[in-house]
Amino acid sequence: MTGRIIRITGPVVEADGMRGALMYEVVHVGEDALIGEIIGLSEDVATIQVYEDTTGLAPGEVVERTGAPLTAELGPGLLGMVYDGIQRPLEVIREGMGDFIIRGASFPALDRNRMHAFTPVAEQGAVATPGTVIGTVQEGNFIHSVLVPNGIEGTFVRVADAGDYTITGEIATVLVSDGKEVPVTMLRRWPVRVARPVAEKLKPGAPLITGQRVIDSFFPIVKGGTAAVPGPFGAGKTVVQHQLAKWSDADLIVYVGCGERGNELADVLRQFPALTDPTSGEPLMGRTVLIGNTSNMPVAAREASVYTGITIAEYYRDMGYDVALMADSTSRWAEAMREISGRLEEMPGEHGYPAYLASRLASFYERAGNATVLGSSDRTGSVSVIGAISPPGGDFSEPVTQNTLRVVRVFWALDADLAHERHFPAVNWLTSYSLYPDDVEAWWNEQVGERWGEMRREMMAILQKESELEEIVQLVGPDVLPEDDKLSLHIAEYIRESFLIQSAFDPADTFCAPEKQYMMMQLITDYARYGRVAVANGMLVSAIVALPVAKRLLRLGAVPGAEFRNYFEETLREMKEAFHGSGGGTA
Amino acid sequence: MTSPAREYTSVVRVAGPLMAVSGVGDAAYGEVVEVRLPGGGTRLGEVLESRLDLAIIQVFGGTRDLDTDITSVRFTGVPMRMVVSPEIIGRVFDGSAAPADGGGAVIPGKVMDIAGSAVNPTARAYPEDCIETGISAIDVMNTLVRGQKLPIFSGAGLPHSALAAQIARQARVLRDNEEFALVFGAMGITNEDAQFFLDEFEDTGALGHAVLFINRADDPAIERIITPRLALTAAEYLAFDRGMHVLVILQDMTAYCEALREVSAARDEVPARRGYPGYMYTDLASIFERAGRIYGRKGSITQLPIISMPDDDITHPVPDLTGYITEGQIVLSRDLHRKGIYPPIDVLPSLSRLMSGGIGEGKTREDHSAVSDQLYAAYAKGRRLESLVTVIGDEGLSESDRRYLAFSARFEREFIGQGRAGGRAVEESIDAAWDLLNIFPEEELNRISTDLIEKYRGGAEQ
Ligand SMILES: Nc1ncnc2c1ncn2[C@@H]1O[C@H](COP(=O)(O)OP(=O)(O)OP(=O)(O)O)[C@@H](O)[C@H]1O
Ligand SMILES: [Mg+2]
Repeated sequence: MTGRIIRITGPVVEADGMRGALMYEVVHVGEDALIGEIIGLSEDVATIQVYEDTTGLAPGEVVERTGAPLTAELGPGLLGMVYDGIQRPLEVIREGMGDFIIRGASFPALDRNRMHAFTPVAEQGAVATPGTVIGTVQEGNFIHSVLVPNGIEGTFVRVADAGDYTITGEIATVLVSDGKEVPVTMLRRWPVRVARPVAEKLKPGAPLITGQRVIDSFFPIVKGGTAAVPGPFGAGKTVVQHQLAKWSDADLIVYVGCGERGNELADVLRQFPALTDPTSGEPLMGRTVLIGNTSNMPVAAREASVYTGITIAEYYRDMGYDVALMADSTSRWAEAMREISGRLEEMPGEHGYPAYLASRLASFYERAGNATVLGSSDRTGSVSVIGAISPPGGDFSEPVTQNTLRVVRVFWALDADLAHERHFPAVNWLTSYSLYPDDVEAWWNEQVGERWGEMRREMMAILQKESELEEIVQLVGPDVLPEDDKLSLHIAEYIRESFLIQSAFDPADTFCAPEKQYMMMQLITDYARYGRVAVANGMLVSAIVALPVAKRLLRLGAVPGAEFRNYFEETLREMKEAFHGSGGGTA
Repeated sequence: MTSPAREYTSVVRVAGPLMAVSGVGDAAYGEVVEVRLPGGGTRLGEVLESRLDLAIIQVFGGTRDLDTDITSVRFTGVPMRMVVSPEIIGRVFDGSAAPADGGGAVIPGKVMDIAGSAVNPTARAYPEDCIETGISAIDVMNTLVRGQKLPIFSGAGLPHSALAAQIARQARVLRDNEEFALVFGAMGITNEDAQFFLDEFEDTGALGHAVLFINRADDPAIERIITPRLALTAAEYLAFDRGMHVLVILQDMTAYCEALREVSAARDEVPARRGYPGYMYTDLASIFERAGRIYGRKGSITQLPIISMPDDDITHPVPDLTGYITEGQIVLSRDLHRKGIYPPIDVLPSLSRLMSGGIGEGKTREDHSAVSDQLYAAYAKGRRLESLVTVIGDEGLSESDRRYLAFSARFEREFIGQGRAGGRAVEESIDAAWDLLNIFPEEELNRISTDLIEKYRGGAEQ
C-alpha cells in the first residue's frame, strides 16, 4: 500500500507504485505524512493534491495509502468548533503547535475524551433503519439526535442506558440481516464529496428571515433555498454573509471562509461568542460551525472546505434542523480547482477554468434543499446555501458567476457604484432577483400583514420608474419633469435612503424584524399615496418635501425596534393631518 | 528538508528565468540552490518543480551568462532563509538581502524561512487601534488601523511615493508610545524613487528605525519574487519576536506581479487574465496576509503596499486581485492630481474595511462614523450633479443641488487637498468635515442622528 513520489509541483504530487489505489482516496505523503487526496490515476501513477505546504518534499519519498476517501467526522461536539478546510480543529492546533500553522498537524476533529450525556430513545427490539433516532445528546442549546448510520438496517439488540459516553463509546447494537451484530457509537464518518441522502426533497419552505430589508422584503430567500452574492471587492459580500450568519432564523449556521481573509474569521470569533441568537437568546457561537481555510492556507484544502462544510450542514439537517451555509467565496474554491487543474495540465476551458467547473458548482448547490429526512416521515430539515462570488474586475459575465446563476434561485447583485456612495447593503435593486416571492407571500400574509406583496411590488415599481426618469433627467435636467414624476423621484429617494440602506454597524438597524419592515413599507407607501392625491390637487412636490412629517420618514431604520410601533402610529397620524391641511386629505 | 548539500553540473536547459538540471533525483520542492557561473560568482535559485530525473529552478539573479557546460548547481538542502537580528535596524539591503550600504553582513541572531507560515486564524487579534496619519481623507473616511493591510492604488506619475513617505513620517497611534519600526521593500523602483525614499528617511531620522530592501529597476526582475518576502520576514521578526509595531511599505507590487508572470510564462502555464498566472491570488495572499496582530504578542505588522494600475485601470488583474485580499484601498485620482489637489485621494472607490472597529467613542470621536457616511453621501451626490451639469448646464438646478455642487468643490479643495505640509489631528479633520457640512440644512444630513447634529454642528448658517 505504498508508492513513491516521482514529481512535485506546488500542491500537486505524482507518485508511482500506486496501482490499485482509488480515485479520491486519501494518502499520506512523504516523511511528514502530509495529507493528500488522489485526483487522477494513470497506470500505476497517481496524481495527488496535497492539503499542506509541499515545500521540502523530494522525489523518492513514500506515499502511504489509507484505503478511505476524504471524510468528515460527525457527532456531538461540532457546534462552536473552528476547523480548517479538511476539518482539523484550528483552536486545538493552536494549543498544540503555536500561533503559526506548521505542517503535519494531526488532531481529530472531535474530541475523543469528552463525555456526552446520552439519553436513549430507541427501545430494544425496535426496528433500526438509517435515520432512526437511537438517542439524544444535549449539545449546548440543541438536541443532537444520534441516528442509525447509513447502510445499517435491522433491529436494536441493545441500546445503552442513559449516561456519559465518549463519541467512540458503544451506545447501541444492531442485529442486521445476515445475523451479524453491529456495534454503533456516536461517531460518524461521511465522504465529503458525496451528498447525504434524504427520503424526499420538498418544495421550498418558509422564508429564511434575515433581518435585512433588501433581502426579506425585496429579494427573499427560503429555508432550503440557494442564493448567490456576486460583487467586486469591497461591495459587501462578506458583510452580507456575516449578517446572515448572525441574524437569520436558521437553527444552525455553517460558515465557510473559503480562501478569504484571516481577520474576517478573527472578526467572527471576536463577535459571535458575545452576540446572542435572536431566537434562542444563546451565544451565537453555540449555533455555529466555522470552517476557515484562509487565502494563505493550502489551496487544496480550500478546494475541500466547501464540501466539509456542506457535509456538516447535511448532518444536522438529517436531525431535522434548518441549517444555513455561507460560503465566502465560491470563486476562491473555483480558483483552487483551476490551480489544481492547471498543474494537472488538463485542457482548460473558459478563463482557464476546468471544463467540469459548471458541473461541480451545480452539484454543490444541488445539496441544498428542504427535505423529509431518512428515518421518520414527519421529520423535515433543510440546508440553505448562500455563496459569495468574486468576479474578476467585477464583471459578471465570467464563468463562475454565470454557471452559478444557472443553478441558484436568488441573485443579490452587489454594485460598486452603490458601495462607493456607501449605500449599504449595495444590492442593486434593478438587476437582483429572487424566484421565491410567490412562495413566501403566504407566510407574510399570515404572520405579518396582508399587504406585503402589494407594497413590495409598488415600491419596486417606483424604483423602476426612477431609473427611467433618471435617463430623461440626464438629457434634459430635472426641472422639466411634471410634478407627479418629481414625486416619484422623491418617493424613490426615500425608498433607497430610508428603507434599502441598512447599516450593519448600527445596533438599532443591524437586524430589522419582519414587523418593522412591514411598518416601514406601510409608512412609505402611504406617504406615496397621500402625496399623489396632494399633487393631483395641485400641491407642489417642493411643498411636500418641506412638510415636517417628511423628515420623520428619513431615519426610520435608526428607530429601535421596541419603539417602532409608537413611532409608526405617531407618524401615520401626523401624515394624515399634514396632508389634510395641504389638500391631500382625501387619500 | 534535511538532505545535505549536493553539487551538479548537469544543467540541460536555460530559458528565460528558468533552468533545468538533470539527474538530481532528490531535489526538494522549494529547496535553495547556489548557481556557480562559468565566469565566477554565484546566484541564488529555488526549485520550482522536482522530478525523479529533473529539477526546474528559478534563478533569482537572472540567467544571463549561464551555460549548460560549466555552470554548476549546489543544492543546499534548505528552503530560502534569511538571517535576522536586532542589528538589521538602520540597514539598507539589496533585493536579495545582501548589504547595500557598505556595512558588513548581519551578525546572525536567528535564521528564518522567508516564505513564512500562515498565522492560525484563531490566533489573530482583530486590529482595532486607529493610526492617525494626519491625512483627513484617510483618517476621517478610510481610517487605517494597526495590523491592517491597506494598499495605495496609483498610476504612473501620481504622487504615491510622497504620500507613502508622508504616512510613514506622520503615522502615530493615539494615546500610545510604543516601539515603532519601518520596513521598506522596493521592487523595480527607479533610482530616483529609491533616492527619494533614502533621502526622506535620512532627513526625517526614520532611517534610525528602518530596514530597507531595494531591488531597483535595473536589478534582476526575477529577484522581485523574493524581495517582499525578505521585507516581511524582517517585519515578522521585529513585530512578533521583538514586540515592535512595524509599518511595511512595499513598492511596487505590480513589478512583483510582472516577475511572477514572467516565471509562469516561461513554464508555459495556462494563464488566467492578461497572462498572469491563475495562482496569483493565492500568491499575493501569501504576502498580504502577513499583516496583522497575534494574541499575546506585543507587536503588529501594518502593510502599505503600493500598486500601480497599468493604464489607471482598477480592473487590471494586479489591483483587482489585491483589492480582493487587502482590507481596503486608497485610490489616487489623476483628475484630482490635475486639479492640483494633494493628496489626490479619490475617496469614493477608497475603502478601509477595518475602520468601524477603530473609530468612535473612546477611540476617535462618537460622531466619526456618521460624519464619514454623510461626507460620502454628499460628495457622491455632488459628483453625480457635476457630471449632469457638464451635459445640461446648471440652469435647471435646484437650490439644494447647488449646495451639493458647492460642497463638492470645497470638499476637494479644502478637505482632501490639505497640501503637503504637515498633518491634521483626527479631531481637527472631523471638525473640518463639520465645517463643510454646515452648508446643508439639517434635514439633508440624513446619515447623522439628530442628537449628534445638535451636539457637533456648530456655526451653522441658520
Ligand atoms: N450592510 C453594511 N453596512 C455597513 N457597511 C457595510 C455594509 N456592507 C458593506 N459595508 C462596508 O463595505 C466594506 C466592504 O464589505 P465586504 O468586506 O463585505 O466586501 P466584500 O464584497 O466581501 O469584498 P471582498 O471581495 O474583497 O472580500 C465593509 O468593510 C464595510 O465598511
Ligand atoms: Mg469579502
